[in-house]
Amino acid sequence: MIHACDHCCARIENLSVRFRDRMVLENVNLHVNCGEILTIIGPNGAGKSTLLKAILGEVPYAGTMSFRVNGKTRSKMQIGYLPQKTGFDQDSPVSVRDILAATLESHPIWFSVSRSAEKRIHALLEQVSAFHLLKRRLGELSGGELQRILLSCAIAHDPEMLLLDEPDAGIDAEGLTLFYNLVSDLRSRRHVSIVLVTHDLPGITPYTDRMLLLNRTVLAEGEPHEVLANEALIRQLTPTLWNISRLPSMAGRLPSPSPTDINGGK
Amino acid sequence: MEIIGAGIQALFPFAWSRYQFMQHALLAVLVISPVFALLGTMVISNRMAFFSDVLGHSALTGIAIGSLFGLGDPQWAMILFCALFAFLLNLFKGMTQAPSDTVLGVFFAIVVALGILILSKGGGFARYTAYLIGDVLAVAPDQIVLASVLLLVVVIYWVRFGNALVLVSLNPSLVRSKGVSVFWLETSFSILLALVVTVSIRMVGILLINSLLILPAATARIMAGSIREYTLWSVVISLISGIGGLIASYYLGTSAGATIVLCITLCYGLSALLRSRVT
Repeated sequence: MIHACDHCCARIENLSVRFRDRMVLENVNLHVNCGEILTIIGPNGAGKSTLLKAILGEVPYAGTMSFRVNGKTRSKMQIGYLPQKTGFDQDSPVSVRDILAATLESHPIWFSVSRSAEKRIHALLEQVSAFHLLKRRLGELSGGELQRILLSCAIAHDPEMLLLDEPDAGIDAEGLTLFYNLVSDLRSRRHVSIVLVTHDLPGITPYTDRMLLLNRTVLAEGEPHEVLANEALIRQLTPTLWNISRLPSMAGRLPSPSPTDINGGK
Repeated sequence: MEIIGAGIQALFPFAWSRYQFMQHALLAVLVISPVFALLGTMVISNRMAFFSDVLGHSALTGIAIGSLFGLGDPQWAMILFCALFAFLLNLFKGMTQAPSDTVLGVFFAIVVALGILILSKGGGFARYTAYLIGDVLAVAPDQIVLASVLLLVVVIYWVRFGNALVLVSLNPSLVRSKGVSVFWLETSFSILLALVVTVSIRMVGILLINSLLILPAATARIMAGSIREYTLWSVVISLISGIGGLIASYYLGTSAGATIVLCITLCYGLSALLRSRVT
């Protein structure tokens, strides 16, 4: 199901990123349509996170990047970013309310939080089904709960594009389904373009509109079944990704994996 | 100063408050405690406890450079050197792949060894031991004024960048929405830290200055459930321990800095004990 519309999109041409003497990304061409979920898959070290950081403008790159919003070309776009979940300090005194207030407010949150910000915090938490977590400390949250809070921070400034870096890391299956449903809902209600890096191929496939196989450069791109047709290549690059038993929509078309594939080929 | 002195005597009608050096010391404590408490919250959250310790010790080299230039009072040489050192340390930390504690350990060694080397030339290091231990009772009014200006600067900085500092302590990418560069945020914070540390070094001493920075915040962290509580507790603990420690040191005849630090340590121990009994 393609949700694309012409309101906004991002076009990336010949993007290359070099870290010292190592090419991390080379000649990447990418087009993200409005209101679609584009999933990026690839082995560790393929440059997936670097690609997101380049789109954010956090790493220097060569190539061109242009954004189109409501028929007008712009050099920048309002981007929401969900970083890779790093281990949040269990002792951190930052509460859920604090992180959202700090994101929204310009005056210091230790002094006061305005009524309008408070209302917005409540609305954002409702959107990610996490209102009950308002007063909890970040360190007390489960992986899925924390990911939903980080998602609410990413959408706090009404982004036109959302970049999600491995949101599946450290979340149980139930939490992941809830998270994917929320992201899918955002896409349809707000027409946000969503670029998502993941290792959870079976989980994301039913939600994704287009897929991209990346290993320093784009190896395959298209609708999920088109990209997944490169089975041998994906197996070779990322054996752990290929867990056919959890790929319901593809199961009829693709052969069962061998045990070595499921165990990462190790 | 005389009016303030009379005010202190009226507020605290005890034997110690009659002495001008105690009045000045109390004023100094009232000014530097909240500064240390505020900065300390972010030093702890950003895991900069070792970083701030290195900054404190870099004062030794600052003093040494001041003495090389023949300055009678090396304070400004120390302030300038430490601010520059904080900037360079941040720059270098971002450029190298080595673990940050290793990088800090190397710089720690350099600033301490270089400082001692220069100051000990000709066997004159004993003249500088006052900087190691510090003496808040010997604080001069112009130092209190300087510390008050810094308090103002820290509060203004906190109003402008407090939220960004909270976000950067969680994940640097979260600061994007604030339109602030992570490098400049961290660098400006380090320079501010260097200024505060160097201005207070004669009152507290190089050896104990880092304790004043990290202990109130570490104690507050045990009890706080939000950033607001964290900040308030840190300031309150710092102020109470500062005043309590100063008065206790008068009656015990001990070093004020060390007594204050032990008072905060007591708070830390008590709150850790209470927390473990609650949970």
